Amino acid sequence: MTDNVLSSNQRVKLRTDSLNLFYGSFHALGDISMEIYDRSITAIIGPSGCGKSTLLRVFNRMNDLIPGVRVEGEVLLDDFSVYGKNTDVVSLRRKVGMVFQRPNVFPKSIYDNIAIGPRKHGIKRTRQLDEIVEHSLCQVALWGEVKDDLKKSGLELTPGQQQRLCIARAIAVEPDVILMDESCSALDPESTMKIEELMFSLVEKYTIIIVTHNMEQALRVSDMAAFLMIGQDRIGKLVEYGPTIGMFSSPKDKRTEDYITGRFG
Amino acid sequence: MKLTPAQSEKIARTVIWAAALLVIGLLSFIIVYILVKGLPVINVQFLTDNPRSMGRTGGIASSIVGTFMVTVLAIAIVIPFGIGTAFYLAEYTKGNMLTRVIRFSAESLAGIPSIVYGLFGFIFFVIYLKLGWSILSGGLTLAFMILPTVIRTSEEAILAVPLIYREVSFSLSATKWQTISRVVFPSALLGIVNGIILSIGRCVAETAAVMLTAGLALGMPTSIFSPTRTMAVHFYVLAMEGISTENAFGTAALLIVLILLINVVANTLVNRFMAKGR
Ligand SMILES: Nc1ncnc2c1ncn2[C@@H]1O[C@H](COP(=O)(O)OP(=O)(O)OP(=O)(O)O)[C@@H](O)[C@H]1O
Ligand SMILES: [Mg+2]
Repeated sequence: MTDNVLSSNQRVKLRTDSLNLFYGSFHALGDISMEIYDRSITAIIGPSGCGKSTLLRVFNRMNDLIPGVRVEGEVLLDDFSVYGKNTDVVSLRRKVGMVFQRPNVFPKSIYDNIAIGPRKHGIKRTRQLDEIVEHSLCQVALWGEVKDDLKKSGLELTPGQQQRLCIARAIAVEPDVILMDESCSALDPESTMKIEELMFSLVEKYTIIIVTHNMEQALRVSDMAAFLMIGQDRIGKLVEYGPTIGMFSSPKDKRTEDYITGRFG
Repeated sequence: MKLTPAQSEKIARTVIWAAALLVIGLLSFIIVYILVKGLPVINVQFLTDNPRSMGRTGGIASSIVGTFMVTVLAIAIVIPFGIGTAFYLAEYTKGNMLTRVIRFSAESLAGIPSIVYGLFGFIFFVIYLKLGWSILSGGLTLAFMILPTVIRTSEEAILAVPLIYREVSFSLSATKWQTISRVVFPSALLGIVNGIILSIGRCVAETAAVMLTAGLALGMPTSIFSPTRTMAVHFYVLAMEGISTENAFGTAALLIVLILLINVVANTLVNRFMAKGR
């Protein structure tokens, strides 16, 4: 499955250049430069607290919600500067969607959970909304399971279904990029597998970046892997970045090797 | 003599249990006593007749209407300001000077005895703004009185909305206003409504603040500029001036039933929605 090794001429979707991030005076990410390829799955791995979520949340500027966050360096989505002076965060987040760790459906119906994004963008016609809901649910392979009770509360679904509903909700906004922060960690193995399969079908259309603590998962699903770790200076650094297979079979850095072998146990 | 842990545990339990029993016993005694004395007075006539000869005979219809009008007015005034302020405090500021001033004022206002509000309302609305003793003056004064509670309960309800809901909403490219109006507000609504219902109870039960601002008039109010005597005030006057103990108990019983009803509604509302939200 992971044998679609990236051709060297694959288009770059996201690029960070000497990215530094500070939580107030705390230097969380140091000098991160990487390129994320279009329509590929990139996995961010590393020990707890090394800054994986922080890095992921740079791409949709979710960090903006935390007071005192400061970002230096350049982040580009296509040719569009993510942290540029005139950047409209709302339209950025339209292009970069996110799925969180826990399935967090709103206490609303399945239908309304998905329609919430499109409605915010001014789509009011029932026909059009119906189509979006159906299309989004089909893409996450949930349509067959819920098509007869779209009015049911999203909270009545199983956790695995809820997480797929969250993915559908993110897709309904029609982003280019989907960020997933440990989105399987709260799920059973079977639901996890379903979501991994989903990633393979979604990557045809979307650029996917995941954070995971599960090395088997990173190896199974990702094309590229980024290994982050806290250095001596307590700053999160990108230790190694490259095609996943290469990194897992012959890591270039001793720290990567130690981490991966340690995690495989 | 030294107590074993088991013995001290037993003693502590007994003391706490007795204290709780005493309180519950006293409260139910008061309520039952008033209901027993008052409920027999309440009949259709009592509810539909206006008071006659200072309330010695007749019913309390005008007082019921007056209470209703003053309360509705106070709530209508407090809702936009109280909830607006709560959203401002919870969502739009990050603890700056202005927030601290607002919070401090609200907390101080909450601790002021209601008669001070009454005096303020009397001087400001009744005399200075020349609104006279009226439902309007009473409603405005009560609105001031319950404002701190509404702000605080609303703010708590807003802050209790999980951060993740806001994050999800923003991640779906919502603006701040969309997030507040479509995600935070609906999730906080129940807590906000609950705070407002409790404030309704306080308005209905208030005496000092309304007596000084809405007056003591016994006639049926015709507009918000009419003076009125709310039920709690009517009860107070009847009892204090020894006009009619019987009618005083009748009014008190109706007040108690109303307040209990309001609290039951608030509780069912909370439970119903809690169950639905899970
Ligand atoms: N809101 C915040 N304010 C201050 N420091 C923060 C904040 N969020 C995270 N940090 C710090 O930044 C560093 C990176 O955190 P981050 O959550 O990105 O790590 P992570 O790699 O995702 O960890 P985990 O695997 O446990 O999820 C940690 O040292 C953390 O304490
Ligand atoms: Mg994390």
